[in-house]
Amino acid sequence: MRALAFALLMGLSGAALAQSAEIAHPDAATEARLKGLAEELRCLVCQNQTIADSSAPLALDLRNQIRVQIAQGRSDDQIRDYMVQRYGDFVLYKPPFKATTAILWLAPFLLILAGAVALFRIVRRRRTEASLAPTVPEKSRREIEKLLDG
Amino acid sequence: MRALKFGVPLLLFVLLAGFFAVGLVRDPREVPSPLIDKPAPAFRLEQLHEPSAAFAPEDMKGKVWMLNVWASWCVSCRVEHPLLVELSRRKVVPIVGLDYKDQRAEGVQWLAKFGNPYALSAYDVEGKAGIDYGVYGVPETFVIDKAGVIRYKQIGPITPEALEKTILPLIRKLNA
Repeated sequence: MRALAFALLMGLSGAALAQSAEIAHPDAATEARLKGLAEELRCLVCQNQTIADSSAPLALDLRNQIRVQIAQGRSDDQIRDYMVQRYGDFVLYKPPFKATTAILWLAPFLLILAGAVALFRIVRRRRTEASLAPTVPEKSRREIEKLLDG
Repeated sequence: MRALKFGVPLLLFVLLAGFFAVGLVRDPREVPSPLIDKPAPAFRLEQLHEPSAAFAPEDMKGKVWMLNVWASWCVSCRVEHPLLVELSRRKVVPIVGLDYKDQRAEGVQWLAKFGNPYALSAYDVEGKAGIDYGVYGVPETFVIDKAGVIRYKQIGPITPEALEKTILPLIRKLNA
């Protein structure tokens, strides 16, 4: 496993040598759209980074690919589809809602619901317990208040 | 009531532990490819050894074949390379190489040094074909059927186990 990790690392550093460059004269509007898109796309080489953050050669290629497609007048959705067709839903930091991702999207709401039900039951039980607690007769209470007031 | 008090946290714990156990065993680098059972993306590229000749996947229509993405800078390619050489020596399946983001001279030299298992290698210097095939961790290997449909993708080096248990049986089945 360590040998494999080492090999991957070496592979990556080797790839850096064959790297192409970020374009020389960026156009502000294109770069703004690129930034928005690249920040919601995962870089598959270093999986916890976005394409915007990653310095992996593949991320650079994909940024350039997005620039080309923006220049071709393709919409953000079309560009996202382009990525999903090649790398799967995993490239999206906001995965679509479907059968395989249902648990991902629904789990937080189910947990909140379960918590709310539990909370409601506990509060209701405490309330019944409180109403069952022995009450102090009116006469004794007046005596107590008198004592407390001094 | 008491059973519930112990049962619910226990159930939650088992559920969570189950998720963790599955998560530990799975390799996060292996992302299921959306290209499985889809037609192999088309490209037309120069061949590595003969820049004047081109290669396109449709040239392989009617054959079961393997597309192996490699590069001279890719160290883990060396891990699987003897397996590919052996595979080509036994003439089990035609293997086409895709030399990914490489220098031509270095690619040629690398094959001269380690052996050339490929019927030919396409030269993808810009990595565009690589992007179309969703390549992110060289080496990657695709098994493509007679109709030009991708049937299997190996991410990372082919292991002897993957070869014997998955790839070779699949190739036999596709050729039958």
